Amino acid sequence: MDYVVVLVLQIIYGIANLALIGLGLAIIFGMMRVINLAHGEFLMLGGYAVVVSTNLGVNIWIAMLVLAPLVVGIIGVVVERVLIRFLYGRTVDTLLATWGLSLFLVGIVTAIFGPQTSTTISPPIGAIAVGDYASSGYELFLILLTLALFGAVFAVLRYSRLGLLARGTMQRADMAAALGVSTSRIYMITFGLGSAVAGLAGGVLAPITGVVPTIGATYIAKAFITVITGGTAILAGTATAAGLLGAMNGIVTFLTGPTVGEVALLAAAIVLLRLMPSGITGRFFRKSL
Amino acid sequence: MIKGQTNGGLIAIAVIGLAVMFGAPHVLQLFTIINLTTAIGLALLGLSLGLVWGYGGILCLGQTAFFGLGAYAYAVTAQNFGETTGAVVVAMAVGAAVAAALGYFMFYGRISDVYLGVITLTVTLIIFNLLRRTSGPEYKIGKALLGGFNGTTAPPLQIPWDARMTLFPQQLFYVSMGALLLCYFGCVWLTRCHFGRVCIAIRENETRAELLGYDARLYKLGLFSVGGGVAAIGGVLVANGIGRVTPDLFNLTYAAQAIIWVIVGGRGTLLGPVLGAFGVFWLTSWLGTQSYFNSNMVLGLVLILFVLLLPRGVVPAVTELAARWGRRKVGRRERMRARRRGRRRAIQPAE
Repeated sequence: MDYVVVLVLQIIYGIANLALIGLGLAIIFGMMRVINLAHGEFLMLGGYAVVVSTNLGVNIWIAMLVLAPLVVGIIGVVVERVLIRFLYGRTVDTLLATWGLSLFLVGIVTAIFGPQTSTTISPPIGAIAVGDYASSGYELFLILLTLALFGAVFAVLRYSRLGLLARGTMQRADMAAALGVSTSRIYMITFGLGSAVAGLAGGVLAPITGVVPTIGATYIAKAFITVITGGTAILAGTATAAGLLGAMNGIVTFLTGPTVGEVALLAAAIVLLRLMPSGITGRFFRKSL
Repeated sequence: MIKGQTNGGLIAIAVIGLAVMFGAPHVLQLFTIINLTTAIGLALLGLSLGLVWGYGGILCLGQTAFFGLGAYAYAVTAQNFGETTGAVVVAMAVGAAVAAALGYFMFYGRISDVYLGVITLTVTLIIFNLLRRTSGPEYKIGKALLGGFNGTTAPPLQIPWDARMTLFPQQLFYVSMGALLLCYFGCVWLTRCHFGRVCIAIRENETRAELLGYDARLYKLGLFSVGGGVAAIGGVLVANGIGRVTPDLFNLTYAAQAIIWVIVGGRGTLLGPVLGAFGVFWLTSWLGTQSYFNSNMVLGLVLILFVLLLPRGVVPAVTELAARWGRRKVGRRERMRARRRGRRRAIQPAE
């Protein structure tokens, strides 16, 4: 029984992990139809923000939950102003430009911090006992954090004035502009918000994965496959896709090992896209956020 | 007239290519020749992406998947059978077959171009992660150990039907350059025959092409498979140039470089991506010799700047510039003539 609990917890963590790394990307993609290939590097920057600030003596919780999103959010706003702004409506070009940005960020971080990082940070929560077995307390924390993050993003989009303006801009940018909304500012804020969420995810994952300049590449495949399988509805899409793919990955990993697990995740995603080319939320839950 | 012009260009390319093929080994050092073999392999990868993206409008961000799988298929087959001619054929077949299988899901699912790019990229990255984990002795195909992060050895090419004679680096260079020229002109032919013209029509307007009765999915699938096969030949050459096949062939850097070659060289041309590959290969080699700039940083900047400032690439820009210059020359001559005529008839030319 305890074993089952640990196993289920593990699968739920896998789902939460996918949802966490995909959410920032989903916000930017769902709101602005911008595919940010530098998303992995935003996660990486969040990790570096945590490592650098804890080395400077900042409390790890503040570093993870406040500094990482703040720093990456600001970087996101700068990127939007300098680069993305000129490419709205040119999806392919945005994709390529953000890929260039991704390489640039990897290069600049390698130049500053070197190709490896010597410092690692250990998870601030130890193991917890589940009957006879031990499970990682930090993973439990991440599951709860992911839930809270989804709740917060939902609240902002659904109930705040900013969320209303953002959703309006997303549906009809010209109409929103005619009603006096500064769409350019909304885009900037949305991109910053998505970047901040990515930074937060990178920050809280840093104690588990460690940080190296090229770590973005390990996130990016999973993040993209989650978001694209999910479709354009930000929260419902990411949640359902993460649930489906994460469960698939978890179960296959349990049965055969992590190598096949990742392939199963990909195969499931490709078959799903063959059946539902515009993602899960292109067919179900269309009206959801 | 246009046809005559482009044929002239093709002849020039053939002459220059043959000159390089037979001249370079006599002029350059052996080390450079070996490096060039790798560069030619990469140029073939660029060519395949130029074909698929530039002529079919298929934004394949993970063209390296077929390139790397071709290299792996070559290494594994050659190790198992000790014979390389068949291994090259197997490599091509694997590249084309994987492209066809993946293409089926994407084209018949009618996935839009951006999604398609991301999916191909994801496939590449997941193969990368998968092969990195195959370091144990249990991961082998026939006699060939996959070797995880360190990869597996790629036996050098042999003279067909004679397994004892392996090619020397110079001979390998002849073979590579020959392969590049053959593939280049093969692709040129493909884009000019009926099949290629339909592909271009689909790129321009998919709906209209379908209304004319062409099955866009099938044509795209065909072009994509050909691209996979060409990329696999590139993989074989790179495996020969380096002597090893590692999972790094699937990493993000190669995938990004392939895109950069096409963007820099020019979409919608076949020469552009090839020249782009050579240019970027030279640039990264040069960047490797100094320590001021990180090569990723420079490549990233190059990509951003080209997308923002010169999204069509160098080759189309240069040919258009040349054409405009030629036109202006003709135009000036005509204006002069008109002025002379005008003087005679006293009519002002309308500017």
